[in-house]
Amino acid sequence: MRAAGLSLKEPSALPGFGLSLGYALAYLSAIVLIPLAALIYRAAGIGLAGFADVLGDPRVLAALRTSFGIAFAAAVVASLFGLLVAWVLTRYRFPARRIVDAAVDLPFALPTAVAGIALAALYAPNGWIGSLLAPLGLRVAFTPLGIFVALVFVALPFAVRTVQPVIGEIDRELEEAAATLGATRAESVFKVVLPPLVPAVLTGFVLAFARSVGEYGSVIFVAGNLPFVSEIAPLLVVIKLEEYDYAGATAIATVMLGISFVGLFLINLLEAYARRRLGHG
Amino acid sequence: MPGGDSGMAERAPDPAGPIGSVTTEPLWVRRILIAIAIAFLGLFLLMPLVAVFFEALRGGWAAYRASFDDPDARAAIALTLTVASIAVPMNLVFGVAAAWAIAKFEFRGKSLLVTLIDLPFSVSPVVAGLVFVLLFGAQGLVGPWLREHGVQVIFALPGIVLATVFVTFPFIARELIPLMQDQGRADEEAATTLGASGWRTFWSVTLPNVKWALLYGVLLCNARAMGEFGAVAVVSGHIRGQTNTMPLHVEILYNEYNLVGAFAMASLLAGLALVTLAIKSFLEWRFGGSIASAPAH
Repeated sequence: MRAAGLSLKEPSALPGFGLSLGYALAYLSAIVLIPLAALIYRAAGIGLAGFADVLGDPRVLAALRTSFGIAFAAAVVASLFGLLVAWVLTRYRFPARRIVDAAVDLPFALPTAVAGIALAALYAPNGWIGSLLAPLGLRVAFTPLGIFVALVFVALPFAVRTVQPVIGEIDRELEEAAATLGATRAESVFKVVLPPLVPAVLTGFVLAFARSVGEYGSVIFVAGNLPFVSEIAPLLVVIKLEEYDYAGATAIATVMLGISFVGLFLINLLEAYARRRLGHG
Repeated sequence: MPGGDSGMAERAPDPAGPIGSVTTEPLWVRRILIAIAIAFLGLFLLMPLVAVFFEALRGGWAAYRASFDDPDARAAIALTLTVASIAVPMNLVFGVAAAWAIAKFEFRGKSLLVTLIDLPFSVSPVVAGLVFVLLFGAQGLVGPWLREHGVQVIFALPGIVLATVFVTFPFIARELIPLMQDQGRADEEAATTLGASGWRTFWSVTLPNVKWALLYGVLLCNARAMGEFGAVAVVSGHIRGQTNTMPLHVEILYNEYNLVGAFAMASLLAGLALVTLAIKSFLEWRFGGSIASAPAH
């Protein structure tokens, strides 16, 4: 092969490396990298004072707090129930298991706006669930609780699908060994089975959290969108854009993007750690 | 063709096997956990889905049908089909090219490339839309220049397509990469050694091995492309009959309190989601391991 010594790739008998990688890189740059660079360029143009201006606005702070706080809570709930669902789907056999398993992917495939109006209809005071909760004094739709419900919906498949394959790979012999050595079933679950799942659960949590923070479509229909109460950061980006406040929109977007990237970075660290510690990843 | 080991997924061992009793929970624990899982999924996933169809048909079949006679509704459906028919093939070609480079070759920076392909998943759809407004909008970096040359991107079809392509960017690549990595390159090397050209190798060896994963990737990408809301809402300008996609039309009808119309349109998208999931389940059941088991997010 040509230029072996300096080549970036190992020699291979297969053709098409230059074409496929070149096309992939060009397309990635055109669709993703250059547009994101434009955002960062714009953000740099705002300057620190501009950022302080936008982020000092109590309404912006409240929206960021709402978004991150509720996304955190939703990701925690989705991770816990996601672990349970993944466990049940991998370990137990029951009727309609395949259909239940397929249903987990629904939030991937169902458009967010459709989910949003459906949740609003369900949890409105006269909806199927809302009318049951109303006598208890519990209002979900058009309150922060509505945001929470929408984000759990959106986050759930991330939590389930990240943990599920790892549960499938657990070596049953470890559990048998634990049982042989006299552990009760509860002991072997909590001391042998669950600890190696922690990195996968955390990865699922970060994915669920990142997705929830940015979620827009399903939330705005159930949130009520009251400033300082149930207004999320992505909605504020849209509002700023509609007011032609490009600097404001860019500043909020940059904060959201920065936190997503920190999340991605954490996932990569976690996966590297899991591979080193546990020999799978 | 490979020796015949490509195929069925391994079934998890039956918990009720001879040594099953020590590696599973007592029956009552299992039943309670299954009940909690199903109740949770029913409440959070199934109920919203049922609600869509219930609300759409609340006014009866005739009202449901009539809501599609509206020319704006038809324009929205046509626009969504147009956008998906451009965006999905674009991401399909990219997904295949990226998967070929990543799965069949070793090169420096590969893991960085894989991370970058996933990048759009961690970007809020609203931010994805904003990015294109900042580039191509009236006050954007290249927007004024484009306008002088009579090209409109934002509030027009090109912007909607770009935003959709961005949001659905990783889907097909993600389905293909893990599967093609698992399959290695021995088959392709054999074909090449026997004198097949690069294209011939791809069409006759690689493609048949990944066709079901490819099909699922395309379906999922398509469902997301047709259903994308946040990114498209930012770039479309909501011009009725012109730049309104189906999800945006759902929003407009909903805000006008035309609930039957909104849920009728939503039911089409929900139906698309159901068909997508049904085909995925069928492919997994029928072809097992030849659909990537990696999390599709």
